[in-house]
Amino acid sequence: MSKSVVNPASPAGDADLRDVAQAHKPFPAGRLAAWVIVLALAASFAWSVAHNENFGWPVVARYFFDPVVIRGLGVSLGLTVVAMALGIVLGLLLAIARLSKDGLAKTLASLFIWFFRGTPLLVQLIFWYNLSTLFPELSIGIPVFGPTFASWDTNSVITPMTAAICGLALNEAAYMAEIIRGGLLSVDKGQFETAEAFGMTRARALRRIIIPQAMRSIVPPTGNQLISMIKATSLVSVIAMADLLYSVQSIYNRTFEVVPMLLVAVIWYLFITSLLNVGQGYVERYYARGDRRSGPVRNAVAADATTQVEEAAR
Amino acid sequence: MTQATSPAPLVRARNVHKSFDHLEVLKGIDLEVTPGEVVVILGPSGSGKSTFLRCINHLESINSGSIEVDGEQIGYRLHKGKLIQLSAHAIALQRRKIGMVFQQFNLYPHMTALQNIIEAPVGIHGVSRKEATDYAMTLLEKVGLSEKAHAYPRQLSGGQQQRVAIARALAIKPRLMLFDEPTSALDPELVGEVLATMRDLASQGLTMIVVTHEIGFAREAADRVVFMDGGKVVEEGPPEAVIGNPQHPRTRTFLSRFI
Repeated sequence: MSKSVVNPASPAGDADLRDVAQAHKPFPAGRLAAWVIVLALAASFAWSVAHNENFGWPVVARYFFDPVVIRGLGVSLGLTVVAMALGIVLGLLLAIARLSKDGLAKTLASLFIWFFRGTPLLVQLIFWYNLSTLFPELSIGIPVFGPTFASWDTNSVITPMTAAICGLALNEAAYMAEIIRGGLLSVDKGQFETAEAFGMTRARALRRIIIPQAMRSIVPPTGNQLISMIKATSLVSVIAMADLLYSVQSIYNRTFEVVPMLLVAVIWYLFITSLLNVGQGYVERYYARGDRRSGPVRNAVAADATTQVEEAAR
Repeated sequence: MTQATSPAPLVRARNVHKSFDHLEVLKGIDLEVTPGEVVVILGPSGSGKSTFLRCINHLESINSGSIEVDGEQIGYRLHKGKLIQLSAHAIALQRRKIGMVFQQFNLYPHMTALQNIIEAPVGIHGVSRKEATDYAMTLLEKVGLSEKAHAYPRQLSGGQQQRVAIARALAIKPRLMLFDEPTSALDPELVGEVLATMRDLASQGLTMIVVTHEIGFAREAADRVVFMDGGKVVEEGPPEAVIGNPQHPRTRTFLSRFI
């Protein structure tokens, strides 16, 4: 009775018409107009870039697969992989040290992170490259009083390659340590306790239980770091390491085709980072496997009950 | 009630004291549990019953007193008249014969039910994967979840998760099972299935210490009921005595809320 008062325009007979399955969508005129405008602007920009002779596209095409460029690309990628791998391993150790109850390990890890995060990477690279001016000789032995077991001339150890790897890897380790520490802290404390109650050692609990769960929050920022790293390798051109940027520079120093050669580098950097984005998507999906609600064995009631229990637990 | 003819106790706690900072949670607990016995610890929140359970496998260290399980002192060893703290590794070894079931289930979310169950047997106890998997399937059948072997925890209801957690604890063939409020995080309609599984285990002669609020379970499955309040054991005895005819006023007040 009150219904007819609230909704006087709907006599009982139009029930069929009100079935939303038959509803029509209004024509999205505004949105369509926005698309047309944006696409037109983009097309005209692309046209002007493609037909602008200053960009030197024929030169870009000629040098895109030049052996010098490809070798430089290889150096950049190799450096990224090595520095990133070392950075992750060292970062993991630093993160575990920072989370340990041991005061010495905690302090050392904190100092490391403080120093390498607190100074510019470019300066670190230059210091590593010029290490011989600080320490002309590197030796293994007992400091100050004891005997020396082995020693090397610093200049023979620190090549542009080793300086680049040391600089990039140690800097990366400081950042990765904090990313990994955050990931480890994001795992429910009950998980570590359970592993402990089952008599797992700390190392095993980390490897089997904690780290796989922490990966979910470690992977996205690590993808970020990896992309930063690819671009950061261009810094090593200052210490005469023949990476991608250094290679195109060496060409345009000869031919003076600065913009086209930088475009070669830019397109390669974009191509590699795009590939990495795709790869990151796969890795993320792998570590989210326990989080999928819908599985072959799922039933609606059970999933519902899980939600309720989880909400009660929060 | 079984103590007159029983063998050496499996668990022997003597004058256990435990403080968190300045708050004394356990004020001298004495408890002996004989092999095959089912002991249910009842008590109000904050009475220290969960803390005491966690002391038994050294998830919490105690401040004074001693706890022995299966003839070994937990967390320490006596060497030439001196009591020496055990290394983390040695404590891990002691824990391997004690199964534990948690209030929040704590299944490993990145592993399927089956992987959860075989993790400890294969990884810690050195059982072959085939043997562990066969036994895990037997256990899953026992808790009524054979068809959920390959489900991830999030795809299971709370009651199913807790039954998998029980199977996981049983997979290490424990000498002792500890249950820390196993039904407290469950919806009322899911409590029954977990209690049924636990009653089943109790009848099979497994030594169990159960901290719970389920008076019905205590009455039916317990050999002995221990009532704790304010960090002390206030009353203990067979369920018909402690629950049926409580002597201490605290026990009476506590139980009156369940009738």
